[in-house]
Amino acid sequence: MATKASRSAARLMMAPAVILLLGWMLVPLTMTLWFSFRNYLPLRGGDLGWAGFDNYTRFITSSAFWPSVQATLIIVGAVLLITISLGIVLAILLDQPMWGQGVVRILVIAPFFVMPTVSALVWKNMFMDPNSGLFAYLWKFFGAEPVSWLSEASLPSIILIVSWQWLPFATLILLTAIQSLDSEQLEAAEMDGAPPLSRFLWLTLPHLARAITIVILIQTIFLLSIFAEIFVTTGGAFGTKTLTYLIFQRVLESQNIGLGSAGGVYAIILANIVAIFLMRIVGKNLDA
Amino acid sequence: MGKIQLKKVTKKFGDTQVIPPLDLTIEDGEFTVFVGPSGCGKSTLLRMIAGLEDLTSGEVAIDDTDATNTPPAKRGLAMVFQSYALYPHMSVRKNIAFPLRMAKMDPAEQNRRIEAAAAALNLTDYLDRRPGQLSGGQRQRVAIGRAIVREPSAFLFDEPLSNLDAALRVGMRLEICEMHKRLQTTMIYVTHDQVEAMTMADKIVVLQAGVIEQVGSPLELYHTPRNVFVAGFIGSPKMNLITGAEAAKHNAETIGIRPEHIDVSATKGTWSGRVGVAEHLGSDTFFHIHDTGLGDMITVRAPGEVSFNTGDTIHLTPRTDQMHRFDAKGLRIA
Repeated sequence: MATKASRSAARLMMAPAVILLLGWMLVPLTMTLWFSFRNYLPLRGGDLGWAGFDNYTRFITSSAFWPSVQATLIIVGAVLLITISLGIVLAILLDQPMWGQGVVRILVIAPFFVMPTVSALVWKNMFMDPNSGLFAYLWKFFGAEPVSWLSEASLPSIILIVSWQWLPFATLILLTAIQSLDSEQLEAAEMDGAPPLSRFLWLTLPHLARAITIVILIQTIFLLSIFAEIFVTTGGAFGTKTLTYLIFQRVLESQNIGLGSAGGVYAIILANIVAIFLMRIVGKNLDA
Repeated sequence: MGKIQLKKVTKKFGDTQVIPPLDLTIEDGEFTVFVGPSGCGKSTLLRMIAGLEDLTSGEVAIDDTDATNTPPAKRGLAMVFQSYALYPHMSVRKNIAFPLRMAKMDPAEQNRRIEAAAAALNLTDYLDRRPGQLSGGQRQRVAIGRAIVREPSAFLFDEPLSNLDAALRVGMRLEICEMHKRLQTTMIYVTHDQVEAMTMADKIVVLQAGVIEQVGSPLELYHTPRNVFVAGFIGSPKMNLITGAEAAKHNAETIGIRPEHIDVSATKGTWSGRVGVAEHLGSDTFFHIHDTGLGDMITVRAPGEVSFNTGDTIHLTPRTDQMHRFDAKGLRIA
């Protein structure tokens, strides 16, 4: 793209994609903003006119709002912590030469291909059911009282399910990063007298910084909006109501589109606050 | 101290024998160069000395103590890698300090050694930069700096100059030689470039397929190559190796004559041929001569500027006292 003509040609060619993406983003955003200022109750008279900031104050003063923000952040934070720390361990293990490496790698990636609804149902019915779940049998085998996971330890259960789904993603990205680490660097460190733990801390971990950043950013985007796992397990009960789930309840269960839209705008604000924090903390790793 | 002995060492990768039983002694303070074509096992041998590669059998002794099962860090050797293997996220200072920090050395002593190494290697202005901000030659110097601060009993170099351009290579070659003169530490240097080997070494070890073909000083190898392989490998341009009837005249299977030991004439000589490519270097002129009836092309090095053009007939006279004779097994006939 050296000449003036080629630059303007490039702009012209990119324009359709840019306009499409912009429209794709702007239309729903504008509609959400519009509805958030309307008193819109589909089953109780439809659009009942201008509501001012009523929806915003009602949503934020609702007793469910702050707990939902808290639940969202706890789930995102805990899942990130679990997937990244276990992901690093698994990536290191999978990087070792071993028999049946190909099969093991496919098995490790498998959970990522299971649909969220399905995996949540499998966990709920096959593992966490207090009567017929595997965990219940395990607990009884050791003479303990079976735990009703989804009601007694609801938030940890959700975190467990979501972490299981996202661990393969983290492992895969971190594995490719580990494989790109120059083995001569590790050998040089070995000759320099660095024991394995120091080699991990001083070489492997800094080398993984960029991959970890990417995992954190991508997972955060998806984890802020997890829904299916909550919908099919606790249905938002027992303190597992995230902001996304609260919006869903306002729109579909309370049939209040205006209130839900206001919640949507809050969700956008929350996502941006999280994004700003993340970029501040880890974004510098992305600079080459 | 840095005397290194290899006793009957072997190395197998799976079923492939890379190093057959091999004995070698490297004396303290010696600059030894392992040279050979790619895949001859010279790097593997170096890594076995470093402890990065296990021995299949045999013994590595450092200063007369068995170090076969000593971990690399405890052998007191420092290695400079082909890719430099600098730690990319650390500054030059931290890179050089790394082995000292791992040894939990006193910070004041660490600083003293780093400053001294940086001054010796012209790195003082770059101590706070990262490896990515340095040129190839500077990175190479950092890698050497990281090796010398440890004050090892021997340095191991694994083709350290092969990623540098020709001019830098000559400069770094000189610096490494000067460093050896100053430190008087044992150095083992692996290269496939016989010019590097000839210019730097006290002792050259020529390897082929894991077997030592000859050990000796550069000039010993040049004047009395033990076999055809060494004869063809050492020296640039390569020695002319002639077989057949001409060799039989000298009671040998193969005769070798270096390009600089053939005199050229326009009128008379032992052999005659047609000039192919002529390479004019100013100080010397290299002629590639065809149709001599001796089999392959003959290379001749004539001092100064000699005017023969492509296609001209040229007469050659080999200096018979500089001729090397080899028997059917390729071994030198004394």
